[in-house]
Amino acid sequence: MNELKAKPIYLDYQATTPTDPRVVDAMLPYFYEKFGNAHSRNHSFGWEAEDAIELARGQVATIIGASPKEVIFTSGATESNNLALKGVMKFYGKKKPHLITTVTEHKCVLDSARHLEQEGYKVTYLPVQQNGLVDLEQLKAAITDETALVSIMAVHNEIGVIQPLKEIGEICRERGVFFHCDAAQAVGKIPLDVNDMKIDLMSISGHKIYGPKGVGALFVRRRPRVRVVAQITGGGQERGMRSGTLPTPLIVGLGKACDIALNEMAEENARIMELRNYTLNRFRERLADIYLNGDEENRVAGNLNISFAYVEGESLLMGIKNIAVSSGSACTSASLEPSYVLRALGVDEELAHTSLRIGIGRFTTREELDQAVDAICNEVERLREMSPLWEMAQEGIDIKSIEWAEH
Amino acid sequence: MAYSEKLLDHYENPRNVGSFDKNETAVGTGLVGAPACGDVMKLQIRVSADGIIEDAKFKTFGCGSAIASSSLITEWVKGKTIAEAGAIKNSQIAEELALPPVKIHCSILAEDAIKAAISDYNTKNGKAEVEAAE
Amino acid sequence: MKQPVYLDYNASAPMNATARDAVVAALDVAGNPSSVHGAGRDARKIVDRARRQVADMVGGDPERVIFTSGGTEANNLALNGLEDVVVLTSAIEHPSVIEARHDARRIAVNANGVIDLGALEDMLRVCREAGEKVLVSVMLANNETGVIQPVAQAALLAREYGAKIHCDAVQAVGRVPVDMGRLLVDMVSVSAHKIGGPKGVGALVIAPGVMLVPQIRGGGQEKYRRGGTENVAGIAGFGAAAALVDGKLANIDDITAKRDRLENEILASAPEVVIASRDTARLGNTSCLILPGMPGETQVMAMDLAGVAISSGSACSSGKVRESHVLKEMGVAEPGSAIRVSLGSETTNEEIDMFIRVWSRMRGNAERKKLARNAA
Repeated sequence: MNELKAKPIYLDYQATTPTDPRVVDAMLPYFYEKFGNAHSRNHSFGWEAEDAIELARGQVATIIGASPKEVIFTSGATESNNLALKGVMKFYGKKKPHLITTVTEHKCVLDSARHLEQEGYKVTYLPVQQNGLVDLEQLKAAITDETALVSIMAVHNEIGVIQPLKEIGEICRERGVFFHCDAAQAVGKIPLDVNDMKIDLMSISGHKIYGPKGVGALFVRRRPRVRVVAQITGGGQERGMRSGTLPTPLIVGLGKACDIALNEMAEENARIMELRNYTLNRFRERLADIYLNGDEENRVAGNLNISFAYVEGESLLMGIKNIAVSSGSACTSASLEPSYVLRALGVDEELAHTSLRIGIGRFTTREELDQAVDAICNEVERLREMSPLWEMAQEGIDIKSIEWAEH
Repeated sequence: MAYSEKLLDHYENPRNVGSFDKNETAVGTGLVGAPACGDVMKLQIRVSADGIIEDAKFKTFGCGSAIASSSLITEWVKGKTIAEAGAIKNSQIAEELALPPVKIHCSILAEDAIKAAISDYNTKNGKAEVEAAE
Repeated sequence: MKQPVYLDYNASAPMNATARDAVVAALDVAGNPSSVHGAGRDARKIVDRARRQVADMVGGDPERVIFTSGGTEANNLALNGLEDVVVLTSAIEHPSVIEARHDARRIAVNANGVIDLGALEDMLRVCREAGEKVLVSVMLANNETGVIQPVAQAALLAREYGAKIHCDAVQAVGRVPVDMGRLLVDMVSVSAHKIGGPKGVGALVIAPGVMLVPQIRGGGQEKYRRGGTENVAGIAGFGAAAALVDGKLANIDDITAKRDRLENEILASAPEVVIASRDTARLGNTSCLILPGMPGETQVMAMDLAGVAISSGSACSSGKVRESHVLKEMGVAEPGSAIRVSLGSETTNEEIDMFIRVWSRMRGNAERKKLARNAA
């Protein structure tokens, strides 16, 4: 347990990514020398800030195949998701009060949907299949004349599965329903094109793509035009859709992060995919009774979500202190509930308690993964020796046959 | 979450991990918790003819606090009479390990486990429940 | 070329070196503050430290600091976060307060730009008779004129009538003491980039007993009051800037002396100039100058060409030329001819001289053109 004390290994790239040094370099000048308020349009300090922001707007637009005019900046993907759901439903809701989303969306989408429900809107929460993917027939069946919006994420934060965006987009466009896509985990990780995929709104995060925290964007389609009711008002920035002084350095950082991702995505993905497969194989070679959660094929390169049967996830985390991984999404991992996402996939609750999410990213090395695999496997073996469930399984006792006193 | 040194010591170097043959007459076995809730504790005691707990073993599926709680209680019950062991309270465990509030249920589980083991031993040996409940 | 002169601190202040160092250092911390592992806890520590610093800055409780994306979001949260309340707010608030609630009732201001406490009390009485729950929102210092509002008195009235009170202190922090306890307010909005911190971060600090409905949901951050991964680097910079606010306050007399010299010299050479709220308690760094007959926008552009950055009103209007609602509410003649000059700790006497020189030349040119036109 102590051999790793020296250097922590970061394998939690879905919770947040380290800021790329090139991004930091791009931001630095705007923290000091170039401090104008981008909205003070009549003096040169303001102009300089505005130029930088418009450059970034173009960089964000490019990576998703949008026009810069369709990109508005926010404080992050959570705000973008809130704005997309509430903004669209509040604009179109009188005639079309129905929203469709899935049970495995990010908490901020589900919370916004629940809030809309409390206000009287109708919400359908589609189930997902065992591999985490939406059933397109179920989606088709759920759309009614009253449906205004379908909100489905591109890449899942916990299990990394990639939804069939193009097919979803086709269905939505055909039925005259807007398609919002939470792409916080997808931008820079998979190719995205809002026109090809017929996406009408898309949420983007800075800190999930090696950019800074505290900044994100929302793509809002102009043709056919999507209208949203602003959720933060006063000042009228971002064409009235989102007020507040624009944080120039953060926006410059987001733009730079998109620019780097666009240029390096293909190469980076190949490298990360290779590391992921290598890691998964090493786990499978060494340990019995481990399960990959979420579809293995339709999956983003950097995500592994593995259940280590008979070992409780939190105790496993405690034993691998120098390795930063997550036992669920970062927002909920402080609570003791097993992941709602894994339960929605039909993963047994006892297995849901045994899962780790291992995120591989831009700065991960093979050496780090070797160390991490060794440490995790050692700890799993140690804890299995201590686990009454493992003992029963070895004795051939079916755990499900026992009547447990639930508490 | 900040854990106490005692807790970490029991988690990293758990005492008395293992199993006895549960069919032995002198052995009492308690199995409490549920996999779906994220913790299962198996606690066993071996009792001498004069009613002293000679040895104890545990296996636990659960968080670090659950492992530490079960390790600690196996240490405590050794050398105690069945009545003394049955009188251990979860609050003593929680205090000794400085469990954070969200982990108090681990100490409750450990108390339940020793009680279940004693009850199993008593049933096997035809003794009344009253002895432990005293 | 000469370094441009920046006299638009009320729009945004340059970042303080200490704050910048804090931001840059925090950018290197990889973790998400919600993660339980070491990297996550490191990020959490940064946020918690800043939370204490921001709380200290306004005499609040760290547990009740809600970090937001800025002053605008903080004001929006304050005005929309209480359930089923009638909102009473002054007519000279920042747009982020005014536009947050279009159904708000407006408290009138007098010719000096100070809210009419008698009018507020009448409105509170009407609400009480109608059995309505009330939120009063009054800014501590106006962004355009710098006028300081009688917030504590308004708060006493609010208490008397069982209303809650919010104060937008974005422009006041670092220029006058801000203490929630003394102001008797339930909520206060603050912004980082107006005090030398980074853009993109602000906070709403609330008093015990304030139950807020979140406006941005999901994730459970900020004690379920505001979802979204914390802007760790921005928050670190905000905290560092907040810790330096006492130093800024110590500097304000010096800044005020520079501002007063600027105004005196302008008035001496151009007696037709009107200075808004000159005889009213106002921020020592702000001057709202009205040069009759010359649109504010024209003045701003002419000054910018000569290397002096000022503003013709609140910077938020996104280039749209709008007359100041603040000056209009005060009944000022020719509100469209106003410029706002706002100073900061880094402002030098040479910059003030430069402003006076450039401004006088601009006015002289305008006078000559006028004479030429009249002669023709």
